[in-house]
Amino acid sequence: MNPKVDSVLARLQARFPGEVTRTQTKDQPTFMVPRDSALSVFEYLKTDEGFALLLDVLAVDFFPARPRFELVYHLYHPIEFLRVRLKVKVGEDQPMASVTGIWPGANWPEREAYDLYGIVFEGHPHLTRIYLPDDWEGYPLRKDYPTTGKRSD
Amino acid sequence: MGSTTGFFTPDYSDEIATSAKEVKSDTMIINLGPQHPSTHGVLRVRLELDGERVVDAQPVIGYLHTGFEKTAESLSYQQCNTITDRLDYLAPMTNNLAYVLAVEKLMDIEVPKRAQYIRVLFSELTRIASHLVWLGTHVMDLGAMSLFFYTMREREIILDMIEAASGVRMNPSYFRVGGLAYDLPDGFMEKLQEFLKDLPRWMKSFRTLFEDNPLINERLKGIATITQEQALAWSVTGPNLRATGLNLDLRKAEPYSGYEDFEFSVPLKTGCDAYARFWVRVEEMYESAGILEQCLSKIEPRGVYMTSDRKVALPPRDQIYGDMEALIHQFKLVTQGFPVPEGEVYQCVEGPRGEMGFYIVSDGGPRPYRWRARTPSFYNLQTMPIMCKDGLVADVITAIGSIDIMLGDVDK
Repeated sequence: MNPKVDSVLARLQARFPGEVTRTQTKDQPTFMVPRDSALSVFEYLKTDEGFALLLDVLAVDFFPARPRFELVYHLYHPIEFLRVRLKVKVGEDQPMASVTGIWPGANWPEREAYDLYGIVFEGHPHLTRIYLPDDWEGYPLRKDYPTTGKRSD
Repeated sequence: MGSTTGFFTPDYSDEIATSAKEVKSDTMIINLGPQHPSTHGVLRVRLELDGERVVDAQPVIGYLHTGFEKTAESLSYQQCNTITDRLDYLAPMTNNLAYVLAVEKLMDIEVPKRAQYIRVLFSELTRIASHLVWLGTHVMDLGAMSLFFYTMREREIILDMIEAASGVRMNPSYFRVGGLAYDLPDGFMEKLQEFLKDLPRWMKSFRTLFEDNPLINERLKGIATITQEQALAWSVTGPNLRATGLNLDLRKAEPYSGYEDFEFSVPLKTGCDAYARFWVRVEEMYESAGILEQCLSKIEPRGVYMTSDRKVALPPRDQIYGDMEALIHQFKLVTQGFPVPEGEVYQCVEGPRGEMGFYIVSDGGPRPYRWRARTPSFYNLQTMPIMCKDGLVADVITAIGSIDIMLGDVDK
């Protein structure tokens, strides 16, 4: 792994002691961040560490675990070519703060997560369904969404 | 809004009502698309116009949404490969590559060097094919009809080569987890050599059609500008980002599949406009041809093309008919697929349109628990309002063409 990323990670853990916890993964450094302080961690990584590119925001449904969803943020440092992944656990009725204020490019992926998982992002400028029709019922990428049968069933 | 034809007609009445409240009385809302030849697929752009000036341009997407991510959760890892072809159907091989690399990373599978180089070969062929379609359609949008016929003709040669290797023209699924589906056919390298000999000649004839053409330059220079800050903020990647002067090419930054053994340079422009993006792509085609040139000497015509790891590789044909274990093994691999160890992985490659990545979560079973495609066009298209603001209606068409979107990629 890139030695530069280790120093970034050490600084991150020193800055937010006890809040960010590193998890073991195969590919890139991954952190669990609590929902309340996620925005300040993102802000720090963008402004102080230079992770200027938000590659992706996505959700994973771990039904029936609680809290149910895991939001995954892939960040990229476009000058040093560093990658870091942050994860936030979100319950079914818990809103998550939108990162569109930090990276405007989160607009569509957050709308996608709202459309297909029903996760609400607070502070999003235009949180509506993006792929499905506005009157669609249910959230198709959830694990308990039926994959067979008619819509009327 | 009822429909008498029996087809599904989307109801825009709410949207039109809310937008009517917001707009000033002297502006007009016009829908460009979803069925418009210049939108390169089924894209609707909601234009707010003040005369000929664009006040706002909001892309409305989802017309091609097919739920690939949900479908993938019920397919085995090898079957998921076929979905990746259909995401960005002009560059299926780079999608294949990102996906198989992701699964291989999760399973720690070593792929033979020769197979890796063949993957590079087809990735670059796809890049040229994809850029050819872009070049033809983009220049056609600007009013030059004839180039489209020539670029499609040359693309046909590439599709013939892909067909010779994989048996399919458009959705090859040629890369498999652990290697390739088949070995290169006889005479493939000669065909490639012939193609590379012809490429500079027809590129030169193309360039006479658009280089120094005042009509085309006029319609590209200073149009649809995205600055580097904007590009980074809006998650733009690929040639669109390199046209703002940022040297970010994943083939160089984080080499994969043996790209570190190839010599090539990354075309950069600093114009930030449609003209810069145009020339980044045109120059990329020459660089890809350079990589293909090196493939000729690096790849032997015959050799191993699949890993020997029997966890994912099918047993050889002659063993299946004589060996009970091999038969059982073949049957299990084909009917059930292979289990992938628990974990998560993200792997990206430099596609023709930007960073193409796959994030896969495995629960230890033979099917992915979560299968996420990070498709570049989806993010690149978000910059539409920035590019089109205060421009002319005709430049909206230039903007759509210049970021080279692929609607299958956007809507997945």
